[in-house]
Amino acid sequence: MTSITAPLLEIAVLVLGMMILMIEAFAGKIDKRVLAYAAITSLAIVLLASFFVAPSPSPSLATDFWSFYTADRLAIFFKQFALLTTIFVLIMVIDYAPVVRSSFPGDTSQAGLGEFVALPLFACAGLMYLVSAIDFVFIFVALELVTVSFYVLVSFTRRNPTTLEAGTKYLVLSALSTAFLVYGIAWIFGATGQTNLYRLTAALANPDSDSGAALLGMVFVLVALGFKIAAVPFQIWVPDVYQGAPTPVTAYLSVGSKAAGFVVLIRVLQPFMNLPQTQRLIFVIALLTLIYGNLAALPQTNLKRLLAYSSIAHTGYLLIGVVCFDVRAITFYLVAYLLMTLLSFTVLTIVAQQTGEEISDFDGLAKRSPFLAFAMLIGMVSLAGVPFTAGFLGKFYIFYAAVLQRQIALIVVGVITVGCGFYYYLKVVRAMYWQSGVNTDKISVNGLSRIAISALIIATIWFGIYPQPILDALKK
Amino acid sequence: MVLFTIFCPIVAAVLIMLGAPARKTALATSVLTFLAALFLFVSLDHDHADFQHVSSFSISPEWRLSFTTGVDGLSVIMVLLASIVTLAAVWFAGTIERHENAFYACLLFISGGAIGAFASIDLFFFYALIPTFLLIGIWGSGNRVAAAWKITIYLAIGSFILLLGLILLYQSFPLASRSFDIRVLQTAAGMGQISPDAQRHVYLLLLVGFGILISLFPFHTWAPEAYAAAPAPAAMLHAGVLKKFGLYGLLRLAIPMLPEGARHWATLLIVLLLGNIIYVGLVTIAQRRLDWMLGYSSVMHMGYIFLGIASFGVLGVTGAVVLMFAHGVSIALLFGIAGELRRRTATLAFDELGGLARVMPFAGLAFGLGVFAAIGLPGFANFAGEIMIFFGAFRNGWEIGRFHIFQIATVLALWGVVLSTVYMLRAYRKTFMGNIREQWQKLPDLRPALRVPVLLLVAALLCCGFFPQIFVRMVAPTFRTSLSANAGMQSCSHGAVRRQQTIGLGQEDIPPTFIKATASRQTRGHNDLATK
Repeated sequence: MTSITAPLLEIAVLVLGMMILMIEAFAGKIDKRVLAYAAITSLAIVLLASFFVAPSPSPSLATDFWSFYTADRLAIFFKQFALLTTIFVLIMVIDYAPVVRSSFPGDTSQAGLGEFVALPLFACAGLMYLVSAIDFVFIFVALELVTVSFYVLVSFTRRNPTTLEAGTKYLVLSALSTAFLVYGIAWIFGATGQTNLYRLTAALANPDSDSGAALLGMVFVLVALGFKIAAVPFQIWVPDVYQGAPTPVTAYLSVGSKAAGFVVLIRVLQPFMNLPQTQRLIFVIALLTLIYGNLAALPQTNLKRLLAYSSIAHTGYLLIGVVCFDVRAITFYLVAYLLMTLLSFTVLTIVAQQTGEEISDFDGLAKRSPFLAFAMLIGMVSLAGVPFTAGFLGKFYIFYAAVLQRQIALIVVGVITVGCGFYYYLKVVRAMYWQSGVNTDKISVNGLSRIAISALIIATIWFGIYPQPILDALKK
Repeated sequence: MVLFTIFCPIVAAVLIMLGAPARKTALATSVLTFLAALFLFVSLDHDHADFQHVSSFSISPEWRLSFTTGVDGLSVIMVLLASIVTLAAVWFAGTIERHENAFYACLLFISGGAIGAFASIDLFFFYALIPTFLLIGIWGSGNRVAAAWKITIYLAIGSFILLLGLILLYQSFPLASRSFDIRVLQTAAGMGQISPDAQRHVYLLLLVGFGILISLFPFHTWAPEAYAAAPAPAAMLHAGVLKKFGLYGLLRLAIPMLPEGARHWATLLIVLLLGNIIYVGLVTIAQRRLDWMLGYSSVMHMGYIFLGIASFGVLGVTGAVVLMFAHGVSIALLFGIAGELRRRTATLAFDELGGLARVMPFAGLAFGLGVFAAIGLPGFANFAGEIMIFFGAFRNGWEIGRFHIFQIATVLALWGVVLSTVYMLRAYRKTFMGNIREQWQKLPDLRPALRVPVLLLVAALLCCGFFPQIFVRMVAPTFRTSLSANAGMQSCSHGAVRRQQTIGLGQEDIPPTFIKATASRQTRGHNDLATK
């Protein structure tokens, strides 16, 4: 059997994106939702193909192309992760189509929908490059591909003023973080003469190298990545952008962008991790992120904004994993986070069109649609960390690593913030099951969404009981 | 068989959710579960301390994690308790106006989860079942006070502290013996593989974590609220069964694995449990509603059980197990009757009730029996448990230097009996005695069908009260093995044997073999010291 090499996957996704743009431009008469179905099917095929990818040469010895691109287990796993996220986001896009129609300027009834399908594909290709990047230059290029796609996506429904505000905020702050990234890379390159992460390790181990300057560069890079993963104090943009952006895009930002950010963070920090300053720095960021994210989530009444703060809070837990540098714990947590966040956002997309995004709009959802209410229930208890859900096992592995390394401050804060989490996630559950709502219309769910939601529910519970497949995926 | 008792209620709950007739299915299931649990109880070979009826499914070979169930003497008593209380709770539930299916499904889920936790030999599943089913119990069963977020946050923080304790426990074993299998861990701990330092840390975490779930003194404020607000069947399960999770966890994990930790924190635990007995006891006297009074009294009785656990001798610990069973059954009886009263009168305030025994003689009698049991009058199971705890604590398993604090604690705890007499009899007088109000003249007594669960509960109380040996014989092997591994610490051994003989009452409750075992354990302990 001829094996597939890893770069082919990205190329396939890029070609797919361009084809959809072409069809969108030249075949004006077709139903644009067909494009979304075609994209979902093609991504599924790419996802299937990714399981047969040949491993790349060992990154420390590689030359040429393979010196900035790797296809190790981590990269392949997160490529699949990005593909899966994109598939779910596209399913949400189909549900979201009516909103796009109402707030996108254009004369035809489906104006803009084609681009709304194509852009996530480019972002997906960017994410896939990003998780493979082991050279600062390539990290930069891939990150820009993702970010530029998101500039457009975030402000896509541009008739809506809050969306426009979100788009502007994202553009300005993102550009700022990019500047930090480039500046940091320049410092690191100046201090060590290397941009390849593996050669950087060797250069830093050399006692003659100027580790102070490299460290300064690393701090700048950390600022840029902190922006991507929404870590305190670079989280200011998150609530407004998450709330203002179209819901599928918010889901994509909070899952795809964050996961890729963490993979890059792990790769970038690897050379620096034996410097004690780095660990202390991450420790402080983790502490602040946990406290800020959870406390700020407490008074929220808008579900989308609540999920934005919860995304900051989960960054905090993930950063505990980074302090302990337990890649498998981080990976499992990210998978759990993907499942439960996409689940919540999918339900939110459907419910928000009928009533709204406030938590009070979910009052009595159990009566209006038991299926959606149950899905949201699973999403929320998993985010809170109730046992037998993936979210609990994610926290379990993170705390396991933290206890092993005796990170007492992080553990104490972590436990207290878990308590906060129970409060604000179960607030949604209470609204759905205990309050009686004004609106009692039934909510219909189309077939594809129903399948997607069921799959997410089953996966959330399945990985909460049987986590072995994910732990194995990184070991081989 | 164990799997059947766990999954029978859960499968039935799913069926009810899917639309099976709620009450019939639930009743049939709980009867089946009860019979299965009874069969387990009778068929258990109580000469062996190991787990029986073991079945296991591997989940994660790398973490040595598997879903393993089985019962020994301790857990089979808990399983029996859970099934009896479930049966009574389902029977008492009657017709529910809103969400009948969801309500019955919740009751059965709680029951299945509780039995699963008691019968689980795997540390991970044992842990995971506890907060999940506590949450279902609090949230799912129509408990409006879940809106007072205190309960949820207490449970969340408590269970995550507990999680940290268990992670630390797991990690404090050397790599080769790390496993989630409680049997493996106990063997390894018996060989002294946990350092004393680690034991202290883990014990404190477990004490606080379980303590929050059991409502140990400073963390108890959520409990009365939760019980008082829950519908009667849910309150029966909460106070009767779910609260025993934490105690069971301490007995299963802390006693066999962390003797040094228990030693180190014994004084702290004594102070806290006296808080439960004296402080909460006084608070209970001040209550003006029957349901709140019952809620507080159930918090207060946890103090006795903690005293038994703190005593760290076979006698006291066995007494704690007997009292766990007794308390579970008696509080279920009291909450059940109180629920029936509330259904008829729509109030439980003492000021508005009175003289009800005249119109409801059967309910009055049943409640009276429950009250006598809760006070600890001889002939009821509670008496057997309490007397063993008091003697066990007085004669505790520690060295002579600790003796005084335990004696003081026992004396103070005995005053707790007076306190509970005061509030229980007062409640009985205000509810069933005295002048009856005009509007209660026409109240109907309990239906004949409802008398069945009452008789079942009373029978269980009397049976265990007159023949506590049945239970003692079941539990003793479990702790004989685990507490004898710890015998080296008992330096008050020669005095203890003599004292044992002078305590006449203690012998009535304990089979002779049991005393022999205690004595031989203590001489062995003495030899250990001598060789050192």
